[in-house]
Amino acid sequence: MSAIRTVVRGAQRRRVSTIVIIAATAMAVTATVLAGLLLAASSRPFANAFAAQHGAHLTAFFDAAKTTERQAAATAAQAGQSAGPFPVAMVATRLDGMPPGGPGLPPLQVAGRADPGGDAVDRVTLLTGHWPRAADEIVIARTNLRLPAGTTLKLANGSTLKVVGEARSISRSAGGWMTPGGVTALGATGWQMLYRYADAGTEAAMTAHATALGPDARTQSWIGVRNDAAHRTQLFVPLLSAFGLIGLALAALVIGNVTAGTIASATRRIGVMKALGLTPSQVVRACLVQALIPGGIGAILGIVAGDLLAVPLTADVADLFGTVPMSVTPWVDAAAIVAAVLVIAATAAPAAWRAARLRTVDALAVGRTPRGGRGRFAARLAARSGLPRPLSLGLAQPFTRPARLLVMLLTIGLGTAAATFAIGLAGSLRAIQAADQKPATSADVVVLSGPDTEVADPRTVLDGVPGTGSYYGRGPAEIIVDGLREAAQGTVTVGDARAAGYEMLEGRWYAEPGEAVVTTGFLTATGKHIGDTVTGTGHGPLTLVGETFDGSANNHLYTDAASVPDLAAPFEWYVKLKPGTDLAVYLAALKDKHIPAEATQVEGADGTLIILDSLTALLTALLVSVAALGVLNAVVLDSRDRVHDIGVHKSVGMTPKQTALMVIASIGIPGLAGGAAGVPAGYVLHHWAVPAMARGAGIRLPHSTIEVYAPALLAALALAGLILAAAGALLPAGWAARTRTAVALRTE
Amino acid sequence: MTPAREGALTADARGARSSLASLTMIDVVDVSRRYEGDQAALDHLSLHVAEGECLALLGPSGSGKSTLLNLIAGLDRPTEGTVTVGGTRVDRLGEAAAARYRRATIGLVFQFFNLLDDLTVTDNVLLPAQIAGRPAGDARRRARELLGTLGIDRHADAYPGRLSGGERQRVAVARALMNRPPLLLADEPTGALDTASGAEVRKLLIDLHADGQTIILVTHDEVLASAVATRTVRLVDGQAA
Repeated sequence: MSAIRTVVRGAQRRRVSTIVIIAATAMAVTATVLAGLLLAASSRPFANAFAAQHGAHLTAFFDAAKTTERQAAATAAQAGQSAGPFPVAMVATRLDGMPPGGPGLPPLQVAGRADPGGDAVDRVTLLTGHWPRAADEIVIARTNLRLPAGTTLKLANGSTLKVVGEARSISRSAGGWMTPGGVTALGATGWQMLYRYADAGTEAAMTAHATALGPDARTQSWIGVRNDAAHRTQLFVPLLSAFGLIGLALAALVIGNVTAGTIASATRRIGVMKALGLTPSQVVRACLVQALIPGGIGAILGIVAGDLLAVPLTADVADLFGTVPMSVTPWVDAAAIVAAVLVIAATAAPAAWRAARLRTVDALAVGRTPRGGRGRFAARLAARSGLPRPLSLGLAQPFTRPARLLVMLLTIGLGTAAATFAIGLAGSLRAIQAADQKPATSADVVVLSGPDTEVADPRTVLDGVPGTGSYYGRGPAEIIVDGLREAAQGTVTVGDARAAGYEMLEGRWYAEPGEAVVTTGFLTATGKHIGDTVTGTGHGPLTLVGETFDGSANNHLYTDAASVPDLAAPFEWYVKLKPGTDLAVYLAALKDKHIPAEATQVEGADGTLIILDSLTALLTALLVSVAALGVLNAVVLDSRDRVHDIGVHKSVGMTPKQTALMVIASIGIPGLAGGAAGVPAGYVLHHWAVPAMARGAGIRLPHSTIEVYAPALLAALALAGLILAAAGALLPAGWAARTRTAVALRTE
Repeated sequence: MTPAREGALTADARGARSSLASLTMIDVVDVSRRYEGDQAALDHLSLHVAEGECLALLGPSGSGKSTLLNLIAGLDRPTEGTVTVGGTRVDRLGEAAAARYRRATIGLVFQFFNLLDDLTVTDNVLLPAQIAGRPAGDARRRARELLGTLGIDRHADAYPGRLSGGERQRVAVARALMNRPPLLLADEPTGALDTASGAEVRKLLIDLHADGQTIILVTHDEVLASAVATRTVRLVDGQAA
């Protein structure tokens, strides 16, 4: 065993190599943990969160005017498990500081619960802050509308509520939670009961359970909540799975390469020990131990880093899915360690076997160009290229070790693919948001009209206001269509609504009454196609002439207002100003004529987009770092292997700068080729994942949201592979440049 | 402080030729080189070599012969003392300047040849000229000329691994002479060769010196030293004996 220890110790004395090996393994294991978490979180996220929270199969609200607290409590007997009754109140609030007549927040249904997780059903997860302790404290359910702790809400009666935290109920049982006393003080309007049933798997069973509660109970089934959540989770599963799979592949590659390199670096020492009598089986054991020590340290550090990074990552993922964050998952950690050890062992075993069979004389001749004639063609070609010799020597060098070259190619390729995918994804998300907002952003001014406004039809005024360019009117409508269970959401327009810039997926915008444009959701719900006609109540036959993009995936129909003659929709008029018109002057002119109007506003990036941005940035940074460390490790190994040759070059006059150039040039071809291969791979992945996300959400995306890569961007990304590789090679290049010639030449 | 000592001179059959040389090419003054643990590889050694001279450094292993060669080649720096070659203070050179100095001044021949196995014989020989950025045409002409002179032109496109030890050492000498260095340093050039190959290399060195090449030869081989060198210096424990 002492001989084995001697081999292992020798390898550990190489500090730079050992640190790089540990860092690369740690980063790869971190990526494995996070990738595993992503895959785990993306697998049945709703079901897992529902099970973890002991979600409510049925949420019922009993009106206090019709049902007493005791009667509500008595319904518990109908279910396997229950929680409640909790007092419930509807509260209208606005942010403190907003004027009394100004816009308020959506009304909140607030439930009074003493603590978040003490009940058998619907154990609410507190995401930030603390649970309400006083009657004027409230915890808000986290939605797209974020009200962080510390926010003060003003009630209609002038009193205030202080937001003390954010929480999430997978059952979506309330919009906020207060102490029971706090809700009672607000004026409870009823009671909330939460139930879990043994048979809750079907719509029929849930309908039966709801009916059994009696006509006074307003209920919400978990199936509806689940379907709504599924829509959201399906949108993001392809994205997160893609990142997870890239992470796993990259981690396996880097760990494998690190392990093989670790053993290769001990070859000379093994040769010496073999010359002194080390047996092949001892060599194999020594190699395995030697690979497992830095690999094991790296794996442990990687697990710790992975678990630390998992906190923000799983919080982001939970926000995306609308579920609750996964806690640190021991089985993912365990799986990551087992996977790392397996990859180390799988790579170490053949390398160890090779080392055991290596002739002692060959093992002793370390530090030279690998024998066997590999890479000679490339060397010959490079020598005749006319490039500066350090450059051509470096370019040819990776071909002497084809396996290492392949691993480096794959590492750089995967890193570039991850970056390409992430940048494309961010571009697509922005394009989707831009397309979604186009109807609002394509006009300069929106004019309100309706029964409450002084001028019922602003058109009579708009034509006379200087600066008015084109305008059209738009109003909401519920349009009853044969074959649909519920009325379709509709938008009716007056004037040329093509100016709204709706993105067409197929067909054209309607040109006359009797024609309609619909969303993908409408076509899916009705089973109709473009060119078909739909009939219904309140309108004549409508010919579907086009399919338009709608990011919300709603079941939506657009038509001319004249197609629905009986409708009296309150219109908003979207005005495009003539070039050079001063917006403020124009708005003042409208105000003088008692026309309520405001400038159109571009909504800021929504919460989901921000989360996706931060998530993709985190994952991309991680994957690119893993790739760069993989390159660093490969170049360190290569430079160590060739230290003697570096010494020879220096002995014939190669300067430190030329040496550094040679080492950096050695990653030139894998960098360029990896970048060139990684960009199309990322492009293809993006073109698969983004439409898949959209399909999961039940929408189709316009071409403009998929084709987000400009040729210049793709070229820059291809070069990014080279930059990534160069970044990884800088450190070993500096080391090679500083290596003392006499020392390098003694490596034989 | 041990006083500096001039290396002992041993005249031999070629002594007359060295006396023709008047210009000092190498001036090693009071040089010491210590490694970790304060062990001195060289201990206050002084040595002067004239242009056109062929000096043999003799001595047992660990006597400091190769260390002295490394200091003259700018591969290593002395702990104390000065090393001047052709008017250049080698001991003051940084890494880049030392590399440029080697390109212009030094040709190195090693015991184990130090050829690059993935380059052909021609490409190995061309290497110093290419690293120095010399015009490709001139470099190729010079390489052909050297390969022809050294009798290895038939191996121009072969890889070093296929050559005999003697042939490999000829390639190494050709590479060392590529940039027409004023000084050739040979570290045990026959140490890894069989008798026949050793004789080939010995004759080659004699011919080079006959053509006026300044040579410093490190060797254990007394026969080689007496055959080639105009002067010998024997080192023991880092000092001239």
